[in-house]
Amino acid sequence: MRNTRILAAGLCALALAAVPSLRGLADTPPRVIEIRAKKFEFSPNQLTLKKGETVTLRLVSEDRVHGFFQRALGIDADIDPATASDVTLTPAQPGTYQVICDHYCGYGHGNMNMTITVE
Amino acid sequence: MKELNRRAFLRIAGVSMGAAALYQFAPRLAFGQAVSNSMREANGEAPAPFRFAQLSDAHVGFNGPPDPLGTRAFEHAVELLNAAAQPPELVLFTGDLTHDAENRDEHANRMRKFKEIAGRLKTSKLYFVPGEHDAGLDGGQLYREFFGESSGSFDYRGVHFVGLDNVSRAKPEVGPERRAWLAKDLARFPQTAPIVVFTHRPLFDLKPEWEWFTSDGPEVMKVLAPFENVTVLYGHIHRRDLHTEGTATHYAARSMIFSFPDPQVAKAKKPMPFDHGDPFKNLGLRMIDETARGQIAVNDVELNVREFAGRSGIQQIIKAGVLG
Repeated sequence: MRNTRILAAGLCALALAAVPSLRGLADTPPRVIEIRAKKFEFSPNQLTLKKGETVTLRLVSEDRVHGFFQRALGIDADIDPATASDVTLTPAQPGTYQVICDHYCGYGHGNMNMTITVE
Repeated sequence: MKELNRRAFLRIAGVSMGAAALYQFAPRLAFGQAVSNSMREANGEAPAPFRFAQLSDAHVGFNGPPDPLGTRAFEHAVELLNAAAQPPELVLFTGDLTHDAENRDEHANRMRKFKEIAGRLKTSKLYFVPGEHDAGLDGGQLYREFFGESSGSFDYRGVHFVGLDNVSRAKPEVGPERRAWLAKDLARFPQTAPIVVFTHRPLFDLKPEWEWFTSDGPEVMKVLAPFENVTVLYGHIHRRDLHTEGTATHYAARSMIFSFPDPQVAKAKKPMPFDHGDPFKNLGLRMIDETARGQIAVNDVELNVREFAGRSGIQQIIKAGVLG
């Protein structure tokens, strides 16, 4: 009987011990990828993500306000030079997606884009 | 049949050419007096036949590849419209009048140059909306100094025209304030009123990856949805395009500087290369197809086609030495 109680207590302790680790797993922050913007380019300008993986894109502008837009991925953000902008996404469909700056920024604006590949 | 007639009681015919699109507006008299009366009550004038033109994307000041012709196409378009047997009564400019410059004085010079060339048109009824190259960097401040408010509306011979700025905000959008203004502006019209919206960017997702869209275009079109006779004229994409959605038909005009490729075929948005042997290639005369619904008919509207068609017509506007 005593051994049984010890075993039960041990199992409870083990279960309780597992909770934080499970909670910790669930709360694991998504991978953060920094993308820097300046006239008239993004860096990096190519990015590969995994389908179903949640990632945070940390958008930083080095000069002026830029846009970060991709309709199919549901991305529509401004990148203000005063503060970084975080965009968290979980791509559901494999494919190649072109992201554009949609905040007019000058002569080379039309070519300011990058590619996100989802595998 | 009755419904079809109702939708088709007004007919806008257009022909698109390299440097301009010319439209002819003709009410179908068979529809009867009721709509004419309602239009007269709404805006004081019943629909009447007339002709108007659209010019787009002159990019005055642009001097990069691929186009070494500068303002030649724009200037000749003005000459041809003036020489037409039946000149347009009014001309709409759908943005990118100028190419932007980092230096404000230089950009102002380009706007001055644009106005000088546009001022050669015989008609004084000129209406403008900005493109992002005119108004994208300073929120439209300089544009307004030269051309006045960037959105507005007017009535002409029974047609309601709406100039809609979708470029001067931070994003490529019309914005909630202008959408509210649009709804208020249209409130006095019957559903059958002929409405022509002229704007710079497409009001639908033509090719978002190439920035051929307006963020709140669908919301703008919801405001226009109750109306049965909506024509949207725009530029921006430097090529002809025809798109129908609901009761609206969207026409893109070619530019007067260079053309972009077909987005269904080309992988990248790069200007079509300049062809020294055929310098206005892709800017030549193109006919717009008639829609099956009869709302918009496209045909020859007495333009001097010979001046636009073929190399002989094009060569006459190119001065010796311009092409290097």
